[in-house]
Amino acid sequence: MAIKFVLLVNKQGQTRLAKYTDQGMSVEERRALEGEIVRKCLARSEKQCSFIEHRNYKVIYRRYASLFFLVGVDGDENELAILELIHCLVETLDRYFSNVCELDLMFNLEMAHFIVDEMLMNGCIVETNKTNVLAPIQLLEKAAA
Amino acid sequence: MSIRLRELIRAVRQCKTAAEERNVVAKESAALRNAFKEQDTTYRHRNVAKLMYIHMLGHPTHFGQMETLKLIAANEFPEKRIGYLGLMILLDERQEVLMLVTNSLKNDLNSRNQYIVGLALCAMGNICSAEMARDLAPEIERLLQSTNSYIRKKAALCATRVVRKVPEVMESFVERAPTLLTDRHHGVLLCGVTLMMEICDIEPATLDTYRTHVPTLCKILRSLLMSGFAPEHDVGGITDPFLQVKILRLLRLLGKGSADASDQMSDILAQVATNTEANRNAGNAILYEAVQTIMGTESIGGLRVLAINILGRFLANRDNNIRYVALNTLAKVVAVDTQAVQRHRNTVVDCVKDADVSIRRRALELVYALVNEGNIKTLTKELLDYLRISDLEFKPDLTNKICVLVQRYAPDKQWHLDSLLQVLVQAGAYVKEEVCRALVVLITNAPELHAYVARSMYRALKAHQEQAELMLVITATWFLGEYGELLLPGRQGSPLPGEEAVSASSDDLVSLLEAVLSKSKEAAAREYALTALMKLAARVPEQTQRIKATIERQTGSTFLEVQARSCEYSKIFGLEAIRAQLLEHMPPLDESTYSRNLGNPNVVDAAAAGPAQAQQAFANGAATKTDDIADLLSMDVMAGPAAASAGPAPTTSAVDMLNELLAGDLLDLLGGPAAPAPASMPAQDPLGGLFGSQPTTSAPAMDAFGDLMGSPAPQPSFPITTVFEKDGITVTFAFTKPPGQPSVTDIEASYTNASAAPVTDFTLQAAVPKFMQLKLDPATGNALQPNNGPSVTQAIHVNNTMHGQKPLVLRLRIAYSINGQPTLEQVEVKNLPPGL
Repeated sequence: MAIKFVLLVNKQGQTRLAKYTDQGMSVEERRALEGEIVRKCLARSEKQCSFIEHRNYKVIYRRYASLFFLVGVDGDENELAILELIHCLVETLDRYFSNVCELDLMFNLEMAHFIVDEMLMNGCIVETNKTNVLAPIQLLEKAAA
Repeated sequence: MSIRLRELIRAVRQCKTAAEERNVVAKESAALRNAFKEQDTTYRHRNVAKLMYIHMLGHPTHFGQMETLKLIAANEFPEKRIGYLGLMILLDERQEVLMLVTNSLKNDLNSRNQYIVGLALCAMGNICSAEMARDLAPEIERLLQSTNSYIRKKAALCATRVVRKVPEVMESFVERAPTLLTDRHHGVLLCGVTLMMEICDIEPATLDTYRTHVPTLCKILRSLLMSGFAPEHDVGGITDPFLQVKILRLLRLLGKGSADASDQMSDILAQVATNTEANRNAGNAILYEAVQTIMGTESIGGLRVLAINILGRFLANRDNNIRYVALNTLAKVVAVDTQAVQRHRNTVVDCVKDADVSIRRRALELVYALVNEGNIKTLTKELLDYLRISDLEFKPDLTNKICVLVQRYAPDKQWHLDSLLQVLVQAGAYVKEEVCRALVVLITNAPELHAYVARSMYRALKAHQEQAELMLVITATWFLGEYGELLLPGRQGSPLPGEEAVSASSDDLVSLLEAVLSKSKEAAAREYALTALMKLAARVPEQTQRIKATIERQTGSTFLEVQARSCEYSKIFGLEAIRAQLLEHMPPLDESTYSRNLGNPNVVDAAAAGPAQAQQAFANGAATKTDDIADLLSMDVMAGPAAASAGPAPTTSAVDMLNELLAGDLLDLLGGPAAPAPASMPAQDPLGGLFGSQPTTSAPAMDAFGDLMGSPAPQPSFPITTVFEKDGITVTFAFTKPPGQPSVTDIEASYTNASAAPVTDFTLQAAVPKFMQLKLDPATGNALQPNNGPSVTQAIHVNNTMHGQKPLVLRLRIAYSINGQPTLEQVEVKNLPPGL
C-alpha cells in the first residue's frame, strides 16, 4: 500500500520528472518501464478509465494538456484517491508557478521536486493542503530575494 | 566555467536524435567531472542540479555522488536542500556512500531550524538503510513529540520506514503512534494513521492494542464528515478525503476478525456510506474505501446490503473509472457474499465486452469468480460470444478461462463437448493440449456420445477445413479415426434433438482425412490423420484398399514421422491375422486416474496419442514376429547375420533416416519393450537416456605408467567375462587385442547350456554405438547341447573409433528356443573390463 513512483511525461513520451520510492530498479530498468507505461497510456482514449495494469504495478494516470501525470502503486491502493492526489499535486504546482506548463517544470525541476517532497514521502502522503505545502518553499524564496 | 543548467536543458531540447543527446550529455558529464575534481565550490549547487537532470534522462551519474554529500555538509540552506534532493535522487540505500551521510543527518535532525530538520527527515524517510535507521531511531522518536506540526508529520512518516527497516526498535513507536491521533493538524493525523497501519502490518499482535483506539478514529471521521465547509481541507465539498480514506483503511485492519471493533465502527460506516456525496471523484473515493471496509470487517447484514447497493450504483455509472473500481471491489467481495454479487451478473458480463481493456480484464476476473454449476451455461455462452470478437491480446487468457470453467462446471458431457468444440473452432490456437486430452478421456467413457462426437467433429472439420487451428484438426482427426465408422449410413444413430443431420459416405470421410494428411502444414496434424486412416481401414472394410494405397504413398513423405509411420502401417497391412486386433477401439480411459494426474501431462500422453497405443499393441501382440520388428526398427545397427538377410528391403530408408535423427551416442533402437514408443514423438524422446549409465572412466592407468617408464606399453590382457546367464545358458566373452591396433577388440563369444533341456535356434545379435564398428562372424552352430555340452563359439570384432575416450559398450539380443518355447532376451553388457 504505497506509491512506487510519480512520473511526469509529455505527449512525446519524454520524462519531465521522475520520483521513485521503489529502489529496486536500476536506471536502465526505470527508463524501460517508463517507455512501456507511457506507450500504453498514450494509446488510450479520453473515455477509457484512468487505470492500467502493468507488470506488478497499477498505474493511475491523468492527462493535463500535453502532460501526463502518472502514479504507480502496488496492490490495493485506492485508485480514486490517487486520482484525487494527482489533481491536488497539479493544483499545487499550478498555484506555485501560476498556470503551470511543461516548460516551467523543465526549467525549475528542483522546485517541482521540492513540492513533490513536501507532499509525498516514502510512498505515503504527507500533506495535501496546498498552503501548507507551499509555505516553506515560498518562505525560503522570500528570504533569498 | 561550465554552462548554466538552463543552457544544458536547452541544448538537450535541441537535440534531434538520441545520439546527439548522448553527445551533449557526455560532454557535460566530462565538464562536471572536472569541476568536481577541482573542488569548485561556487557552482557545486548548480552542478548537482545538472546531475539530477542528467539522471532523469537516464544517463550514469555515479561520479557525482560525493558532491551531494559535500553539499549536505554545507551550512547554507539552499546548498543543503539541493544536496538532500540529490541524495534522494542519485543514491539509494544499497550504496555504501550513504553511510557517510549518517552524521550529517544526525546534526541536521538536531538543528534549530525546522526546515533543515524537515529536509533531513524527508531524506531519511525516503532512503535510509537499516543501519542508519537503527542509529537514528532515538532522534526520530524524540522528533515525534516536537511542538512543531511540520516536524511531527514528517517524523511520523520517517518512523514508518524506520520500523520497517529495523523492527526491533518498534516497541517505543507502538506506544507513541496513537498519541498522534489527538493532533489537530491534518497532516500529522494522516501520517499518524499511516504509521499505525505500518506497525500493524509488521506486527499483527499490535492490532489488539490498537483496537482500543477505534472510538477515537470514529470520532475523527465523524468530525470530518460533519464539519461544514472547511476551506483549507476542502476537495470538491468534501473535507480532507485523503484523511478519511486513510482512517477507513485503518478501521478495516482493526475491524477484521473482531466483532466488537466492527460493532463500534458500524454507525460511522453507515453514516459515511449514506452521507457522502457521490457526484465527485473525491466522494466516490471515500465510498469506495467505505465499501471495502464494510465488506472487509465483521459488519452486520444491513450494512453489507448498503455496501453492495453502492457497488451496484458504481457499476451502473457512466464513468469508466467508477466502473473499474466497482468491478475490482466486487471481485474482492465475491468470496464473502456471492449471492449479492450474483445479482449484478448481467452488468458484469456486459463489462467483459467493454471497449476498455482495463475494464474487460477486471470483468473477466469477476465472471470467472462468479461462475457456478447453476449459471455455467448462460455465462459460457456470453463468453463464447465474446471470444469470437475479442481482440488478439485478450484471447489466450479468455480461452484458458473458458476451458477451465467448462472442465470444472460442465453440467453434462454433451454440453462439455459442444462448448469445447466451439472454443476449438474459435480460438484453437490458444487451447492447451491438456484440455483436448481431458476431452478424449471424457468421451471414451461416454459410449452414448461416440456417434455424436463423430458427427460433431466431422461437421467442425468439414466446415473449417481450410483455416482450422492445429488443436481442432488433431482433436477432430483423432475422434474421426476412433469413431468415424459411426458416421456412415446404417451405422449412424438418430441425431440428438436439435442436431442437424450429417450425411457422409465412407468416401467423404476418407477424403476429408486424406485432405488433412496431404495438405496440412503441421506435421502433427498429418501424423494424426495417418493414424486415423489406419484405424478406419480396419473398421470400414470397403475403404481398406483405398487407405492402403494412400498410406503407401506416404512412405515417400518428407515429414519424417509420417514417413516412418506409413512404412510401419504398410507393414501392418501385411499382417492380416492381427491387424483388426491391433486397431481395436481405445478402451475407456480411467477418469479418476486422469483427474488425479491432471497436473501431469505425461500420464495421459498415451491417451491422446493414438499411435502410441497401436505401437504398444503391435509390440505385445506380435511377439512371434519379433524378427520382422527387429528388422524394421534396428536393421541398420544390428549385425546379426541371420536377421540381416531376412529383413525386408523397402524399410531401410526410413530406418536410416530415423537413425540419422537419433545419431549421437545412441546405442540402438532396441531399448526394451518401450522402444517402439518413440514412434509417437521421436524428437522429444531421446533414446540416449537409455544409456544414462554409460561408464565414462577410461584411459587405463597402465598406459600412462608405461609411457613414464619409457618402454612400449605391455599388451594388456583381459579376464574372461560372463555377460549373460539365464535358463542355464551362459555367454562368456574372451578378449584379445591384435598387436598395433589398440582400438580393435576381438571377442570370442562362447555359449554353453547347463540345463537339462536342449536349446535350439540360438542366435546372438550385438549392437554398438555409432562411433564403433561391429563385425559378427557366423557362429559355429545354433543348437546348444544340454548339460554343459560342447560350447558354440562366435567371433565378434569391434573397432572403437573413440578408443581412449569412450569405453566399449555392447548391447546383446539373444534369441533361443528351450523346450520349443521361443525366448528373446536383451542385455546391456555393463561389466566389460576397462581399457577395451
